[in-house]
Amino acid sequence: MDRISETLGRFGGVYLLPLILAALAFVLIGAPSSWATLTVAGLAMGMMVFLMASGLSLIFGLMDVLNFGHSAFVSFGAFVAASVLAALSGWLGADNVLLNIAALSLAIIAAMSFGLAAGWFFETVIIRPVYHDHLRQILITMGALIVSEQIILAVWGGTPITVLRPQFLEGAWIIGDVSIEIYRIFAFGLGLAAFIGLYLVLNRTRLGLLVRAGVENREMVEALGFRIDRLFIGVFMVGSALAAVGGAMWAGYETLITPALGGEMMIVVFIVVIIGGLGSIEGTLLGALLVGLTANYVGFLAPKLALASNMILMTAILLWRPNGLRPAVK
Amino acid sequence: MQSKSTYGTLAVKTAVLVIAALLLFAPFLFQDVRALEVAARICIFIVLVASYDLLIGYTGIVSFAHTMFFGFGAYGAAIALRQMGPGWDAVALGAVAGVVVSLVVATAVGLLSLRVKAIFFAMITLATASVALVLASQLSQFTGGEDGITYRAPDLFKPATKLMVDEDGKVARLFGVKLNGKLAAYYFVFFTSLALFLLMLRVVAAPLGSVLKAIRENEARAEAVGYRVVAYRTFVFCLSAAVASLAGTVYAIWLKYTGPDTTLSFAIMIDILLMVVIGGMGTMWGAVVGAVLMVMAQYYLRDLMGAAAEATANIPLLPDLLAPDRWLFWLGIIFILLVYFFPRGITGTIMQKGARA
Repeated sequence: MDRISETLGRFGGVYLLPLILAALAFVLIGAPSSWATLTVAGLAMGMMVFLMASGLSLIFGLMDVLNFGHSAFVSFGAFVAASVLAALSGWLGADNVLLNIAALSLAIIAAMSFGLAAGWFFETVIIRPVYHDHLRQILITMGALIVSEQIILAVWGGTPITVLRPQFLEGAWIIGDVSIEIYRIFAFGLGLAAFIGLYLVLNRTRLGLLVRAGVENREMVEALGFRIDRLFIGVFMVGSALAAVGGAMWAGYETLITPALGGEMMIVVFIVVIIGGLGSIEGTLLGALLVGLTANYVGFLAPKLALASNMILMTAILLWRPNGLRPAVK
Repeated sequence: MQSKSTYGTLAVKTAVLVIAALLLFAPFLFQDVRALEVAARICIFIVLVASYDLLIGYTGIVSFAHTMFFGFGAYGAAIALRQMGPGWDAVALGAVAGVVVSLVVATAVGLLSLRVKAIFFAMITLATASVALVLASQLSQFTGGEDGITYRAPDLFKPATKLMVDEDGKVARLFGVKLNGKLAAYYFVFFTSLALFLLMLRVVAAPLGSVLKAIRENEARAEAVGYRVVAYRTFVFCLSAAVASLAGTVYAIWLKYTGPDTTLSFAIMIDILLMVVIGGMGTMWGAVVGAVLMVMAQYYLRDLMGAAAEATANIPLLPDLLAPDRWLFWLGIIFILLVYFFPRGITGTIMQKGARA
């Protein structure tokens, strides 16, 4: 048994889980074409959830702050992007791909800047006074979540809003008898780019070194003379911006959004963070992919179980590893 | 609380006694249907909030699954009353079933996640509760889905039931109040709530209450002194789940309707959280004050805000924020300010006043 786990560990250990899951699903589903479609859908969903969850995980890892209001950034991102896209509907409908891309980039940039600004506000005004007090953190961020949801309701109203998609992301590619929605590929690509970017910054730059050192031992980094509080604000803002981008992508994926979106995604994001382990983006990616794939496979194989599938996955993983698959904080 | 003998404590206890008296005579003092509705809701939410305070205020664990247990009790009674017809056997079966399911789920969740960080526990309960909510709306053959279940309460509580008859054979009146089933239903709610509340007061006054506070203040130390922290936490989680479930059963009998919005929804969880924090964590009296204020606000603040929205109709955005539906916005802001400046809530802050050194 030890030798098996050792061999597995050499090939990637827990990172093999999504592959094992995919292989298992391949056997159970039996039809390669539907398996491929589901896998792509699962990966795309996983990547969007990763965008939303990575910020939460990093913020917790570095600052020991769990932001229950994180999903507010997701909703705000979605609604801001939807508004920008609606305002630029002329560009979206145009046949010109460049105009399409410009409109989409503007929407994502708007969501991102909003996330940065809102993150700064959240950090300095709301969370700063309650560092090191988990109970009050949970309560305060919960209160902030209530207020932000109400602001969304007041500004955008309670009725569902249709999100326009750029022309070039509509439709699907057909390869053989496998059809793949282009938007999913795009979402996957964007999420992957964000992951690679985060990974490189965290592991290859001086800034990332400081962040990782801060996660490991905050006092020591402070004692060496680095202003870790400034680092906090930066990480918080980036995390919020990622959540807003994730929300914007999700809005395009769902194409119909309601103010309840943030609350629904929050549950998924929490499950991902719990599965992956708090504080590491690798763990978050792993958790997000597992959740995305499971949701799609189970939805196809046993629709009745789909609702509970994430919960079952979480319970199983917690029984096996009580701190999640790849925790970075103790 | 070290502030046992302050004038503030006396004031709070007097206020609670006044509230209890008002609730006891509510049907005679406020003779309209809406007021009785408010009074019954206050009774039930006092129990619900007090049981939540056992967790958050006394033991320092944050759970978001409290409405789930409330819902188990309510749905237990609702399904039993629906399937077996109105009767006390159905009520008993529903209550027991609700409590048993609550205990099983609470033990499972507790043992699985109370060992790890408080924050993990909060997230896991949130996920569990959301699954319960989705299940309740999906398993529509049992739960009635989004529409919920309507059913009849036991015959004693029917408005047509005459508790006492005068010489004409009509329902007798006492101080102008009809002695009918509605009154019996209200007193059923009141006395069950009172019994549950007294039970919880007893629990926190017992040595167990001190152990729970010790765990809240310093977990490692409590463990070192020899208390098994995980066992105590799981126990108190189960206890509060059972009480919440019973409160749910009572509420289901009072409303004669059970649906996701009345018992399971996240909005109710937020209400409970607001009540605990506004009233004051870590004292049972806080639950009473918080529940009274919040339920009153829910019923009467909206009217006030509607008027305010009309008054400011010319100013942009402000009427949107003052609309009656946006009352949670203001409560959320009050909530945040309270957590900053008065983390002990109303009663906690008052009880500190006038402390004799």
